[in-house]
Amino acid sequence: MTQLAPNKYDYLCREVRARTGLVLGPDKAYLVESRLGPLARRSGFAAIEPLVDAMMRGDRAIHTEVCEALATHETFFFRDKTPFDLFRQVIAPALLAARAGRALKIWCAAASSGQEPYSLAMLLDEAGGPAADILATDMSAAVLEKAKAGLYSQFEVQRGLSIQRLIRHFDQAGEAWRIKAHLRQAVRFEQSNLLDDFARLAPMDVIFCRNVLIYFDVETKSKILDRLAAALAPDGYLLLGAAETVIGLSDALRPVEGHRGLYAQAPAGNRAAA
Amino acid sequence: MKTCLVVDDSRVIRKVARKIVEDMGFGCEEACDGQEALTACRKAMPEAILLDWNMPVMNGLDFLVRLRQEPGGRKPVVLFCTTENDMAHITQALRAGADEYVMKPFDGEIIESKFAEAGLV
Repeated sequence: MTQLAPNKYDYLCREVRARTGLVLGPDKAYLVESRLGPLARRSGFAAIEPLVDAMMRGDRAIHTEVCEALATHETFFFRDKTPFDLFRQVIAPALLAARAGRALKIWCAAASSGQEPYSLAMLLDEAGGPAADILATDMSAAVLEKAKAGLYSQFEVQRGLSIQRLIRHFDQAGEAWRIKAHLRQAVRFEQSNLLDDFARLAPMDVIFCRNVLIYFDVETKSKILDRLAAALAPDGYLLLGAAETVIGLSDALRPVEGHRGLYAQAPAGNRAAA
Repeated sequence: MKTCLVVDDSRVIRKVARKIVEDMGFGCEEACDGQEALTACRKAMPEAILLDWNMPVMNGLDFLVRLRQEPGGRKPVVLFCTTENDMAHITQALRAGADEYVMKPFDGEIIESKFAEAGLV
């Protein structure tokens, strides 16, 4: 399918993997086609091949844009619902009591265009506003800009949001809807990649890292999970996507019984000796 | 089987909506204005109503107010489904007893999401 010569496709896969951790197997030619075609046109290239040639010549700006275009930014408000129910019913009550008034430190890793951190900000607001410091990171500057603006299309605000939440938490802005200022201010957005060092963020009380590990190879998943565990408070919680797990990948984390997708620090004795 | 009544004066919209609700496992009835919808509800109250606003004979809002006064008329979950997409219309619809609000244009994902929000699926 792809118009790329095999050696250039291999180069593209290697570079994207080194830079972002994303694994593009030979079966991902359709993805490369559909994501890079529009980027090539936008950047003034006749096709994908000259775009990859520009990468190979060392054009850093093109390199970054290619990596961002190949990442999947699909998200919506209250995606999968269960993690947000867990946050409201299990995580927030336990940690708020333990923190005795200190603001909860929450990190949404690979937060894309902001629907996940803003969903948490809405939940906290609805609970009467317990103090929380929500950090949202993503590797893509473009989606972070959108997230910071807090401006969503009519289509986006109708996926996962009840009408009551829409009218409570958003203002109409022409054809679009903007999340209210106090909720935008409740979330800090920073550009950061899961392959980067994030030890400086520790200790986090809650980490949401959903539907991103699925794109990585086993070794990368394993390393990221160990580093997420290191960034997590001793009694903190990690939430993964429905198709993701720590089992067989990290000794530092254990599933929380009875709560699918929820993980906590493993007891020290369970961990393999360093 | 749960039933959804699709109320819209556009035959095309009714056809699209029917396909979506049937794919979600609902039976589908159709009405092309509020008066027809009221007649249908008096015969059998559906579980869900997908309701357009601007229609000839009786509009969606007038229908909703009348429905809620009917015996058993508080039972159906009513989702407005309209091009009236401003805050004033939305709040007016909710005050009149609507449960959810779909802004046109819609697709299957939006209807499914809104049915879930309204506790129908």
